[in-house]
Amino acid sequence: MKNTALSHVHEALGAKMVPFAGYNMPVSYEGVTAEHETVRNAVGVFDVSHMGEFLITGPKALELIQKVSSNDASKLIDGQAQYSCLPNADGGIVDDLIIYRLEAEKWLLVVNASNIEKDWDWISSHNTMGAEMRNLSEEYSLLAIQGPKAVEAMQSLTSEDLSAIKFYTFKVSDFAGIAHVIISATGYTGSGGFEIYCKNSEVEQIWNKVLEAGADFGIKPIGLAARDTLRLEMGYCLYGNDIDDTTSPLEAGLGWITKFTKDFINSESLQQQKIDGIRRKLVGFELQERGIPRQGYDILDNEDNVIGNVTSGTMAPSLNKGIGMGYVTKELSAPGTEIFIQIRKNKVPATVVKTPFYKG
Amino acid sequence: MSVPSNLKYTKDHEWISIDGDEATVGITDFAQGELGDIVYVEVETLDETLDKDEVFGTVEAVKTVSDLFLPLSGEIIAFNDSLESEPEKVNSDPYGEGWMIKIKISNPDEIEELLDDAAYKELIGA
Repeated sequence: MKNTALSHVHEALGAKMVPFAGYNMPVSYEGVTAEHETVRNAVGVFDVSHMGEFLITGPKALELIQKVSSNDASKLIDGQAQYSCLPNADGGIVDDLIIYRLEAEKWLLVVNASNIEKDWDWISSHNTMGAEMRNLSEEYSLLAIQGPKAVEAMQSLTSEDLSAIKFYTFKVSDFAGIAHVIISATGYTGSGGFEIYCKNSEVEQIWNKVLEAGADFGIKPIGLAARDTLRLEMGYCLYGNDIDDTTSPLEAGLGWITKFTKDFINSESLQQQKIDGIRRKLVGFELQERGIPRQGYDILDNEDNVIGNVTSGTMAPSLNKGIGMGYVTKELSAPGTEIFIQIRKNKVPATVVKTPFYKG
Repeated sequence: MSVPSNLKYTKDHEWISIDGDEATVGITDFAQGELGDIVYVEVETLDETLDKDEVFGTVEAVKTVSDLFLPLSGEIIAFNDSLESEPEKVNSDPYGEGWMIKIKISNPDEIEELLDDAAYKELIGA
């Protein structure tokens, strides 16, 4: 199992460590509910250095990115980022990712830790145009500083005006005494904040200064458990749960990042699927009674037919109720539809709702 | 990690306090720490008579769910229903206010099979 450059720091803080995507990661420090609330109400810092980073450069970089990704990266200018996915050839998704335009011929792709090798092989196999590719995953660290107080708490660490960095834009600038890091106004929590990309050798200094600068704002380290409850309250997809090699981006509600203004892998059949209409759809639901939906539980209609299963579920700390996502038949996907979740022996009523579950 | 010496334990991380032919049951400090923030304790077997190792309820934390196994055969004569509104007591006071059920013991011979504090500490590596 691999360590991040900060695994020893988490252990010293008393974090509960778990293996995740091949890395020794902190799942919680003081408890998922308290950590969740810290991010919703103040500011928290996550070590998410397990995430993968690929640098794509050269005159063919954009051409390769346009071929493998579903969103339209040609719309980006320097300093902008975009959520996208890598469709496979069979209607499913290889991975979801964030694409950063550093320069016209220099792009950063940030992918899920569990898919680094798969994505690298996939993109490489389509690199017939000869873009230059480098896998920086082992050399780079990533900290997510998230919460409504992130801007105010971190301002003393940089000469950049943090409040001027708009959502899904970034600056390459000084931060916590390090000359060139990526300060990106992105995240997976729905509470605002930044993600900081830096070299492994720099991350411990940054981590320490972030905790120091944030102390007056109540900053705390946050583990993967709260990362999951925070993202699920926003209805953000998690690869491996809500999307995978067999789910269509259109079924997953990712039509907004599937742009038929350009050709990409499998774009023709996805366009046909859009014309024909999808048969199942990823929806969010809230339980009407007590209980917690969990991944794999059956979703039933009112005649006890299994219409799908739960892909993610949790007790939502900000809402104090059981929430989840799952694929259901198109007919039962409209908000307000009554469905049922089979929780062990009980058939618990639930309502399809629009996401995000948490509306700030 | 607290493992009081006056209690008995099971390999399923429950503690048992014996008082004559009655026993009080909860989950250990180690168990609550592993589960994390507990949000539901569900016991639907009140007044039932069950065998040792049968499931008498479930405990749900934010991240996981776990069955509760009866450590001794007997009738479930009480449930700590304050846990319905304050399940977090299992985290904050697992051996006190976080108790879960009381049993009327039907086979006292089974008490011999429970672990003492030393054996339980060895099990969890404490």
